[in-house]
Amino acid sequence: MAGVPSRHKSLVLLAGVIILQVVLLAVQIKRDSQGRLLRVWTVGAVSPFQRAGAKGIGNIRDTWSHYFALQNTTRDNEQLRRENDALKLQVNQLQSKAAESDRLAALLNFRQAQRNVPMLAARVIGTGADTGSQTVDLDRGERDGIRRNMGVITPDGVVGKVIESYRDTAQVQLLTDKYSGVGGMLAESRIQSPVGGTGEPLLSMKYIPTDETVNVGEHVVTSGMDRIFPRDLPVGIVTEIKTGRPFQQVRVRPAANLQRLEEVIVLLTLHPLEKKETPAPAADATGKSVGGTAAVNP
Amino acid sequence: MMNDAFDLRLAESHIEVHKFRSGAIVVSTFLALVLQAFVPVYFPKFAVLDLPLLVVVYFGLSRRNPSTGLLLGMVIGLLQDSLSGPTVPLGLYGIAKTIIGYLASSIGARLDTEHPAARFALTMMFFVLHQGVITLTRRLLLAEPEPWFTLRLVIAAAINAVVAVVLFTLLDRLRKS
Repeated sequence: MAGVPSRHKSLVLLAGVIILQVVLLAVQIKRDSQGRLLRVWTVGAVSPFQRAGAKGIGNIRDTWSHYFALQNTTRDNEQLRRENDALKLQVNQLQSKAAESDRLAALLNFRQAQRNVPMLAARVIGTGADTGSQTVDLDRGERDGIRRNMGVITPDGVVGKVIESYRDTAQVQLLTDKYSGVGGMLAESRIQSPVGGTGEPLLSMKYIPTDETVNVGEHVVTSGMDRIFPRDLPVGIVTEIKTGRPFQQVRVRPAANLQRLEEVIVLLTLHPLEKKETPAPAADATGKSVGGTAAVNP
Repeated sequence: MMNDAFDLRLAESHIEVHKFRSGAIVVSTFLALVLQAFVPVYFPKFAVLDLPLLVVVYFGLSRRNPSTGLLLGMVIGLLQDSLSGPTVPLGLYGIAKTIIGYLASSIGARLDTEHPAARFALTMMFFVLHQGVITLTRRLLLAEPEPWFTLRLVIAAAINAVVAVVLFTLLDRLRKS
């Protein structure tokens, strides 16, 4: 920089710094390396504050709801009583619907079949620092047995998979991330297709042939073909169908509330999950596979 | 030599270079990164803010030294990359914030940027430019199809600019009198 005029030195520095970072990007693409050391240091420095913050907010919420928000208890009780009556009515209606009870039975069977899959509850303590982030940070990591590519769920449905595991924390790629995917299947027709994220709140089911019938409101469940998630976990509900050739464009609303995740369950296994045939009537139908195995690269 | 040249230019244009209390930049940077990675868990809409970018813009406009501005931008950008998980390669935000750090300090060295209206307009411009650089990097270097312009970008730029006006006033208190 000795021969460079002083007013141009900052411009030269700018060019040098940008070239360095472009090279850094190129190296990561070429070697598929992700600069793990810097990430470990940064996450290690920030995660204690995230953990403390999550605990602090939990304590504040508890204190508020147990001590300060009691003036609403009577009103809440009345409201709950009304809701309870309405729910009783709803339960009676639901009990009369055979198809719905079949689906619930299938879900129950799945839970019993997967009883031996080890699971771990974890708290969401942060999100990715980029503005369009579709990742979340968990307060459990390698020390708790979490490894890359483990499945993450909530009682409502599939959340995503672990993409990085550090000593005490782990990062989860949400199903809505545009590079995310899961082996999916329409619950009624058993047609299989990968379900992928779009970067938007809705998911996309891309490979349903035009001649297949899909209905809005139909449930989408995991097919088990990705070898990450067990079969028959809720993925979402079909909300929109657009005709196209050769495939329909099916949009799916995630079953789990991915916008507001606070606690999740990590499936602590990297072994391909055993596919068990559920005795539910719908499950006996012949499944049609269209690119199901391409959904996720475990 | 470089600082002498800037001092001369600043003296000619009567623009003051601000100094800050020790640790102010480090603490502000760290707080911005922690909040960016924590608050959206409870308030998802908070993710529209880019606090690390606002910190880069503020210290760039105030310190008015392009070299330190671009280096600060690079460090904050790389830290943001490393907090964003493997889906964001190291350097993506680093490049964008390096450029913004350089431009903010260069503009800060030539214009008076203390007025709220100036801060609003500059932050909005820097936000759009920042997203433009990220889109360009994603398209050219990572071969990812990113849209150039969305309505969300304009709304996010306006929100960030409003927050910047308030945040910059708070950060002004960290200046050495």
